[in-house]
Amino acid sequence: MKQTEFLKTVMPFKDKVFRLAKRLLVSTEEAEDATQELFFKLWKNKGKLSNYKSVEAFAMTMTKNYCFDRLKSKQASNLSLVHSNYQEKGTSLDRRVELNDSVSKVHELIENLPEQQKLIIQLRDVEQYEFDEIAKMLNIKPTAVRVTLSRARKTIKEQLLKQHNYGVS
Amino acid sequence: MELANIEKLLEKYENAETSIAEENELKNYFLSNNVPEHLQEYQALFGYFSTSKQERYTKTIQLKSQKWNWKLLSVAASVILLVSIYGGHYKVQQNRAEKAYNESQLAFGMLSANLNKGTVAITQLQEFEIAKNKALKQSKK
Repeated sequence: MKQTEFLKTVMPFKDKVFRLAKRLLVSTEEAEDATQELFFKLWKNKGKLSNYKSVEAFAMTMTKNYCFDRLKSKQASNLSLVHSNYQEKGTSLDRRVELNDSVSKVHELIENLPEQQKLIIQLRDVEQYEFDEIAKMLNIKPTAVRVTLSRARKTIKEQLLKQHNYGVS
Repeated sequence: MELANIEKLLEKYENAETSIAEENELKNYFLSNNVPEHLQEYQALFGYFSTSKQERYTKTIQLKSQKWNWKLLSVAASVILLVSIYGGHYKVQQNRAEKAYNESQLAFGMLSANLNKGTVAITQLQEFEIAKNKALKQSKK
């Protein structure tokens, strides 16, 4: 596979890979690094790409696995940095101000979801993949996708309603 | 779209039973401005989803890795190392040769100085010989 041909197949979903990485890793820089790394990995394995029915689905699976690995290693290294964790919570006054914006509230709610729910919300509600596609990407059954998604949507709705009611009363 | 219809769709949405098309319908509805008070939070939700989808990866993707550069760098480093070792060795040899040259120059200098002393003595002797021959010739006459 030539470089131009590779880029042609890969470019259409580069933003999706980036957004998924950002959803899971949170920081923009880390998501950018992850995207770069993932596309480099794809390029190195370009010979195998024709074995996959959908390169895009394969790339999304790779992104998920890569980000989960990163998160695991980050958690492991964070254990010793208890002090900096404490600082993170205390400082961000301007972030709290920013979160008054209801859209950012949604962002925070999604951020607090379990990884799998976060992942499925991203793939369905942002990227609008079909349930079958998501099931293949995550290697689970479509019904499991529905159940997890429903749980995530309900959690978000309840939290939003709670905050809404706080504002009213 | 009718409100009752939207509320029905929202219920389906919560149970994850809506299709992509239906979800787009909901999205379009909530992105329009006339949303009733009790559904306001959905506006934030769907608004968030559509703005999230607009985020782009703006950097260019590099297909040549930095690991490859490390390889290249190590090759360059070893070449430099070899050249400098060879250069150093060459320099040492040159210094040695220069020293030997200087010493032999000195030796030759000494030799030639002594030799010169010898030739001076010989010219004096020659002078003496000529004088002697002259004297002998005259005495024969």
